[in-house]
Amino acid sequence: MSEVSYKELSLNGLWKNNPAIVQLLGLCPLLAVTGTVINAIGMALATMLVLIISNSCVSLIRGIVSDAIRLPAFVMIIAAAVTCIELLMQAYTYELFQILGIFLPLITTNCVILGRADAYASKNSLLPAMYDGFIMGLGFAVILIILGGMRELIGTGALFNNMDLLFGEAAASWKVVVFSDYKQFLLAILPPGAFIFTGLIIAVKNLIDSQIKQRQNALKEKPAAGSKRVRVTGNIS
Amino acid sequence: MALFKVTSPHATGPLNTARVMQLVLLATIPGVLALNWHFGWGVLVNIVFASGVALAAEALALTLRKRPLGFYLGDYSALVTAVLLAVAMPAYSPWWLIAVGVGFAILIAKHLYGGMGYNPFNPAMVGYVVLLISFPVEMTTWAAPRQAFSGEMPGLADAISVLFAGREAIAAFAVDGITMATPLDILKQNNSLLIEDLWQQSPVFGQWGGLGWEWANLGFLAGGLFLLSQRIFTWHAPISMLASLTLISALFYDGGSSASGGSPLFHLLSGATMFGAFFIVTDPVTSAVSVMGKIIYGALIGVLLYLIRVWGNYPDAIAFAVLLMNFAAPLVDYYTQPRTYGHEPAHKSGDE
Repeated sequence: MSEVSYKELSLNGLWKNNPAIVQLLGLCPLLAVTGTVINAIGMALATMLVLIISNSCVSLIRGIVSDAIRLPAFVMIIAAAVTCIELLMQAYTYELFQILGIFLPLITTNCVILGRADAYASKNSLLPAMYDGFIMGLGFAVILIILGGMRELIGTGALFNNMDLLFGEAAASWKVVVFSDYKQFLLAILPPGAFIFTGLIIAVKNLIDSQIKQRQNALKEKPAAGSKRVRVTGNIS
Repeated sequence: MALFKVTSPHATGPLNTARVMQLVLLATIPGVLALNWHFGWGVLVNIVFASGVALAAEALALTLRKRPLGFYLGDYSALVTAVLLAVAMPAYSPWWLIAVGVGFAILIAKHLYGGMGYNPFNPAMVGYVVLLISFPVEMTTWAAPRQAFSGEMPGLADAISVLFAGREAIAAFAVDGITMATPLDILKQNNSLLIEDLWQQSPVFGQWGGLGWEWANLGFLAGGLFLLSQRIFTWHAPISMLASLTLISALFYDGGSSASGGSPLFHLLSGATMFGAFFIVTDPVTSAVSVMGKIIYGALIGVLLYLIRVWGNYPDAIAFAVLLMNFAAPLVDYYTQPRTYGHEPAHKSGDE
């Protein structure tokens, strides 16, 4: 196995191959539960933990499991990890567990997780696999939280409502009312809002990418005017 | 003698986009006047404010997209969207409601999809649905028609102050409670009275349809017939929509029991039927194009309209019916492709 570049992995997970806005995987939780920041954080943390656990386990058993049955085996591992996380959330953050509802067990079917298990963890050793799980989870989480923030802000005019569901009593006062006397803009909280805002985030990413590309093109050395081309066809024998 | 080399087409029609849009605007006048007479100045104030917002939003989008400003602003399409949306909204809406609706229609439903001629959904109806889903309270408080209201109707100055300060600002809303459910809504909620009794008890019913609404509908019918005579659109889509609505409401009309969905005449002259038939369904961009396609498209809108009105969650359903059929328009077109002269019928993917 070739040298693992953690920098490359990070860039991939967070930007170039971001699971949420480039691969467009795991859209179900992305669209369904990002109505508020706290829901998004809950979902993001759960997904990230499952990713790390499943990637590590898959990496550990990669030499034992035969190719033919690898997918069922991976799914079993993921399902086990999801069940653990679900039970943990039920124990410690019961209200959030209730809000996220069916979408917690549905993490099992999140294609990001199976995708990373099959595409990366099953071919790499433990540490890089773990790191890949973490960074992919982080890339997913960042988008989830940005989306949750946008939808909560536009939808209700406030941010960070109900943070005590996850961060203890002290966090109850974190709520920031940005627009007072705001009528709820229900569309942003309903599923169509998730589609529209995801589209906008993707658009912003594409815009940044195209500007980076333009800048790189501008930096390239241009041939001096009047210089002649060199013919490069034909073989030298 | 100077001979210019000019490529075809050599003969151009007298109609360009701007002219079509102007005629459409012109044709809304009778309906708008009828609405304005029955429901007060709020209707016109809505339209004027929506037009301003639409032009500003269009200019903003064009600037961001680096498109020629004068060319696109001059084709009146943004104005038409604004007028159609403003007519569909309740009179005396607050400014932010209109701004959000028009802004959404122009920026997202029109320009994010590629601008004039590229939008798969009717922008005005997208704006309307966004508002209806997001602000159900504001979008369902309709002003009462003049004849059903004992207090003094708000004047023009009152209507303008309502636009910026909200409905509580004037006495007609704060004291007299000028708002009233629409006839369609009352008929939908009714489950104990015969239609005849309901007609007598509730002040919102008129001669044939809703009080005030029937005249607005006749006004839009007149405007639509004018557009038809100017050959802005063909008769297929609107007439098949009205025909299918008549047919299905006649089919389910039981003579006026409490469970009745209302007579065909009531459906034709209530809510936004005529407005939808001649100004929304005929949108050249979002509807089906072939002759057969237009007939199917219109007929299905009529059916959906009745289904949602009578058994759905909303009292009126032009917007939902039209958007659903906008979705289906490409499919309808695919299956109704006319045969080109001298060619075999178009191949369908199902054929072997």
